[in-house]
Amino acid sequence: MGAVDLTQFHKTFFEESLEGLDAMEAALLALDSGSTDHELVHTIFRAAHSIKGGAATFGFAEVAAFTHVAESLLEEVRSERRGVDGELIDLLLRSVDCLRAMLDHTSHGLPAADADSEALRGELVRLVSGEAAPAPAATTAAAASVDGWAIRFVALPHLLQTGNDPLRLFRELQQLGRLDVCRAFVVDAAPTQLAELDPGQCWLGWELRLHGAVARAEVAAVFDWVEGDCELAIEPIAPAASAAPVAPVAVAPPVAAPAASAPRPVRETAAASSEGSSIRVGIDKVDALINMMGELVITQSMLSDIGEHFHPSQLERLREGLLQLERNTRELQESVMRIRMLPIGSVFNRFPRLVRDLERKLGKQVKLELHGEHTELDKTVLEKIGDPLVHLVRNAIDHGLESPEQRRAAGKNETGTLRLDAYHEGGNIVVQISDDGAGLNRAAIVAKAEQRGLIRPGQEVDDAEVAELIFQPGFSTAAQATDLSGRGVGMDVVRRNVRDLGGSVGVRSQSGKGSVFTIALPLTLAIIDGLVTAVGEERYIVPLISIVESLRLRPEMVRKIAGGGEVFHFRNEYLPIMRLHRAFGCNAAITEIERGIVVVVEEEGRRVGLLVDDLLGQQQAVVKSLEAHYQRVQGISGATILSDGSVALIVDVCGVVRLGQRSKAA
Amino acid sequence: MAKILAVDDSASMRGMVAFTLRGAGHEVTEAENGQLALDAARGNAFELVLADVNMPVMDGIAMVRQLRALDAYKGVPILMLTTESHTEKKMEGKAAGATGWLVKPFDPEQLLATVKRVLG
Repeated sequence: MGAVDLTQFHKTFFEESLEGLDAMEAALLALDSGSTDHELVHTIFRAAHSIKGGAATFGFAEVAAFTHVAESLLEEVRSERRGVDGELIDLLLRSVDCLRAMLDHTSHGLPAADADSEALRGELVRLVSGEAAPAPAATTAAAASVDGWAIRFVALPHLLQTGNDPLRLFRELQQLGRLDVCRAFVVDAAPTQLAELDPGQCWLGWELRLHGAVARAEVAAVFDWVEGDCELAIEPIAPAASAAPVAPVAVAPPVAAPAASAPRPVRETAAASSEGSSIRVGIDKVDALINMMGELVITQSMLSDIGEHFHPSQLERLREGLLQLERNTRELQESVMRIRMLPIGSVFNRFPRLVRDLERKLGKQVKLELHGEHTELDKTVLEKIGDPLVHLVRNAIDHGLESPEQRRAAGKNETGTLRLDAYHEGGNIVVQISDDGAGLNRAAIVAKAEQRGLIRPGQEVDDAEVAELIFQPGFSTAAQATDLSGRGVGMDVVRRNVRDLGGSVGVRSQSGKGSVFTIALPLTLAIIDGLVTAVGEERYIVPLISIVESLRLRPEMVRKIAGGGEVFHFRNEYLPIMRLHRAFGCNAAITEIERGIVVVVEEEGRRVGLLVDDLLGQQQAVVKSLEAHYQRVQGISGATILSDGSVALIVDVCGVVRLGQRSKAA
Repeated sequence: MAKILAVDDSASMRGMVAFTLRGAGHEVTEAENGQLALDAARGNAFELVLADVNMPVMDGIAMVRQLRALDAYKGVPILMLTTESHTEKKMEGKAAGATGWLVKPFDPEQLLATVKRVLG
């Protein structure tokens, strides 16, 4: 058979290695917080060990070399030759980070090692006591000029029980050269009574001669597995003319060719960009799906049975069948959605480490509490919620929680508490980040907002408005941008990221008691609740989450403004009217504003009114990408198929608001 | 062709071993740790077992010991997949009843050669 292509296992290797690093990090943090569970050390060791083995197997020499040193260090810990202290944990945590980066580089076909990783490897090497230079490749002793070997091999009784077989050994010897069996014998200690003979035991010995220019090591290698299970003597058969007696070959056990010392050329993964993401699904979810499928098939056969011999008297059965179909469909939908759902714990898990690092950097004491790690979120949402959460956590520790001195002065426990919660609420997933710090600094926020021109000097603002101010673009109260929170990312970016996921974020705060940031996220991005509207002959779906209100305007509510725009008065403000038929070029639509309906939508705090002909009803829409099938269209986020089979476009409220703003500005 | 049990907690290593052996026509069953391997071994007559040493739940050494305690596996070849840095593990494996070992890293050719060495 041809060479086996190992690249197909690379992706699995990277995935499991990253999981291993996560486990390693969690265990290191547990050790850091004082746990003495020895299993933690095993977990850490095992992760390093697996990565090393895989990296070497799949030819990632640099990763293998790095993990090799880390593993040696861990071996010392595991065998209790080295104690665990904060410094060691720091070093190992940095190694985890470094390995993550190395794996990332490797998976993109880039060189894994760089100056940083080499420096860190150097640190590890220095720490590992007596870490010898990588074992030099075993020099296969040059075949001494011998004519062959005389071998005396006596099996010990238990040899067969190790799964070894003398015949197999002889077969192997035969492959090295011509093999003569000079004598086979029964050892003296063998039982003499047949009844005492155990067929699982071996009482035989052989004297063999292997002819040919074979290295001693090659002969010994045949017997490496049975060392200790036999008596073995390998003597050279006197060569006809052995001029220089070769230095007696050391009787060291042969070393199987260590491929590790010779880095194999790393196969360039041309498919670096085609890293199709995969998902691990619990077997219970798949089983549920199959179950549901089975029920659907039963319903289908029942319905087709009714359809084939339909009689009006069966109307009740038909109705029942359709009801069942509806239930099956809904359950199937839920099951399929559940496949994309993953526990938020995978995101929460990065926080112990983050909090630990921040504590040290900022000199604060933080107790982190995680709740609801098992709450499941859509994979896409999960992947994108990480950064906003990290930002909120950084913020809470950096700006929210006070220093131990300040806390003591305020009569609080020196250690602040940061709590992360995740739970279901209605059709949403709610994630809360709460701290028991100082709360929002109202005075500083108002001063900053005045300075930024977000509010007029002296303007009255209530607490809710103050809380809203921190989400305004460019807002930051940190007197000095630290390297933690002030990475050029403000709360406005957090809000935008959350909104991109179809969610919302807000804050409640109490001076001196702390703040609670609440993020509400949709269960999935694949299905939205939408309002079906008619515009001419077309159907447009407006996501329910963006809709403020729908109303019919009276002519006197509408004002024409310079430049041809139209606005209408709505709750103390003038909102631009966006005629969807004009924006999307629909024919036969209602053009008199008072005959159509205006749907007020809001996005990023800005509102516009969308003029449509009529509202047709609410519907869950399965979002199909327009880009995948056609191309990106401004103001449209996707398409869906309506119950009558026709296609409806889904309005991208954000894009439409932007269009509206532009036309207003124009 | 032989019925082989491949035991490794690393999915990539297990996949590589299983894929290589299947490519050579063997019938391969995979197990994620020693405990699952034992469960599989009880219901099957494997002719060869290949097992990693370091695994959660039950490691390779304990697995070998327990397999050898089963009548059906007294003489069945069991190879440990081990790393060169753990000579003592080889000996520990042998003491538990392993037939031999294959040193990681190995490539598919080395794996097939070793399997051939055991199965003949």
